[in-house]
Amino acid sequence: MLERIRQSPLWPMLWKELVQMRRDRFTLGMLVGIPAIQLLLFGFAIRMEVRHLPAVVLDESRTTESRALTQAMANTGNFDVIGSVSDRDQMRRAIEKGDAKAAVVIPPDFETDLKRRRTATAQVVIDAADPLASQAAISAAALASAARNAALAPPAARGPRLEVRVRPWYNPALESAIYIVPGVAGLILTLTLSAITSMSIVRERERGTLEQLIVTPITRSGLMLGKILPFALVGYVQITVILLLGHFVFKVPIRGSVLLLYACTAPFILASLSLGMFISTAVKTQVQAMQLSFLVILPSVLLSGFMFPREAMPVAAQWIGGAIPLTYFLRIMRGVLLRGTGIEAIWKEVLTLCVFAAVLVTLSAMRFRKSLD
Amino acid sequence: MTAPEAPSTQRGTTNGDVAVRTTGLRKVFGSLVAVENLDLDIHRGEVFGLLGPNGSGKTTTIRMLCGLLEPTAGTATVVGIDVVKDPEGVRQRIGYMSQRYGLYDDLTVRENMRFYGSMYGLRGAKREARVQALLDELGLRPREKQMAGTLSGGWKQRLALACATAHQPDMLFLDEPTAGVDPSSRRLFWNWIYGLASGGTTILVTTHYMDEAERCQRLGFLSRGHLIALGTVGEVTKAFGQPSIEDVFIELQRRDEGQALETGQWPAPPGHKPQATGHS
Repeated sequence: MLERIRQSPLWPMLWKELVQMRRDRFTLGMLVGIPAIQLLLFGFAIRMEVRHLPAVVLDESRTTESRALTQAMANTGNFDVIGSVSDRDQMRRAIEKGDAKAAVVIPPDFETDLKRRRTATAQVVIDAADPLASQAAISAAALASAARNAALAPPAARGPRLEVRVRPWYNPALESAIYIVPGVAGLILTLTLSAITSMSIVRERERGTLEQLIVTPITRSGLMLGKILPFALVGYVQITVILLLGHFVFKVPIRGSVLLLYACTAPFILASLSLGMFISTAVKTQVQAMQLSFLVILPSVLLSGFMFPREAMPVAAQWIGGAIPLTYFLRIMRGVLLRGTGIEAIWKEVLTLCVFAAVLVTLSAMRFRKSLD
Repeated sequence: MTAPEAPSTQRGTTNGDVAVRTTGLRKVFGSLVAVENLDLDIHRGEVFGLLGPNGSGKTTTIRMLCGLLEPTAGTATVVGIDVVKDPEGVRQRIGYMSQRYGLYDDLTVRENMRFYGSMYGLRGAKREARVQALLDELGLRPREKQMAGTLSGGWKQRLALACATAHQPDMLFLDEPTAGVDPSSRRLFWNWIYGLASGGTTILVTTHYMDEAERCQRLGFLSRGHLIALGTVGEVTKAFGQPSIEDVFIELQRRDEGQALETGQWPAPPGHKPQATGHS
């Protein structure tokens, strides 16, 4: 038995793949470089949170407290106070003309309310045509009022002095990096792994080495394993790079168990690799393999909840999204990384990924024959 | 030149001295009949040449015998094992060198040999000894550490041959092994082939070089998927009344192209053995 394992053709297959991978500096660089570049792009360039939103201030109170609140708003960085207005008409015009995206309205009795220990309220008017902008504004309003509350609260205070309306959890400043990084990790894995697997198999077919492999005594499953296992390793290197960059550059928290995360990554990687193998059975050239990989991946970008919340999609799009492995991997990543979730809250997603992996492995195994027919 | 050990007498190699036997072998790709009703016996230790113009079905025949393609109809046994029922059993016992050589360009000469040897279960000292022997015998030693992709045609051919025979197969299939190879490499190649055959290895080789065809012990001519002649060089030339194999080749090609164009029918060549063509 031991001798049979030692003599298995799987070992030389793995050895060969690793030697080739090491030699192919360009591809190797891409495999590690793509995650890094994508992450930096998504993290820095594509800012989903809106900072420096132009805002006007309608301060009807004109007191120390109202100025302190205005300053607190500006301090969040989400607002740039571009000027003051003296009445609601001016405010309305500023927003209608697009000069301002938001307005801070502090009523005349703001400080009086505070002094009388009533809850003082201020208002933030938002140009809601831009949902992302309004989210940023809401978040800034919440942060500013929280800051003022903390500063004002006497030791024995009962209840808030200022009203807090919005409290986004887990991502208080709605920083997109924190939302994006777990998504990028999943997207990169599924895209690069399915692309390199399919291209690697098609390349063997193009160069005639697949024909040579088929006449060796390696079994079909041995051949498949030999082609995908090395790339599983690549997948783990990629996710490690992304987590390290995300954590140290973008301050994405890692609240849950990394071990759990790595374990849950396995079925996702397997599903992506099998998808690549499936693609390789449907195309003739490496270029086609690349194109088909991107085509298959597109719904993952749009419908998985990577960039746009699935809750906001039409039902049909939600269904399609439900048939994409990335959708479930995203929930696992966000859950474990940002909320520190344990297996008890994500086991359904993990199970779904395992089903995906099993189905994709079966499908690609059915299509991947050890013959040239 | 050291020939491999005599073939083992494990399962399969029974049935006297027949290494390959096909009966009514047929392969159809869509509407194209690539091989039609092929009946062929190749004896153990024989160097058998399969000739024919491009597209005559030589490669398809070899691929079916190696288990790369499933026959549409008919049966084939290689070293006594049915290629359809037990392709893995056949694969352990055969070596195959394709037209494209099947080498990994980004592995060195030595790594390619190591890899293919290992795929057949060679490990450790045994594999090392075999690689060393092949490096010397095929003169590959000076190129040992060179990437296969940077080798010229002749060297690639030698390396491909080394890879196909690393596991000392009982039966060797060579598909146009000398295409685009210089004369000295071709000579070395044929010496090596004879060495293997004298050690009991059966060899099926396809070629377009008529001087090489004349080195084969027996020849089979394929034309549009049909085996239209079979026998030794002397038998074939005599039966066709031609001075050389090359003349036979050209005559056959001319004849069946003309015939096929005129009538869509296949000619019954002189010296044609009924069991060898099966066409009626």
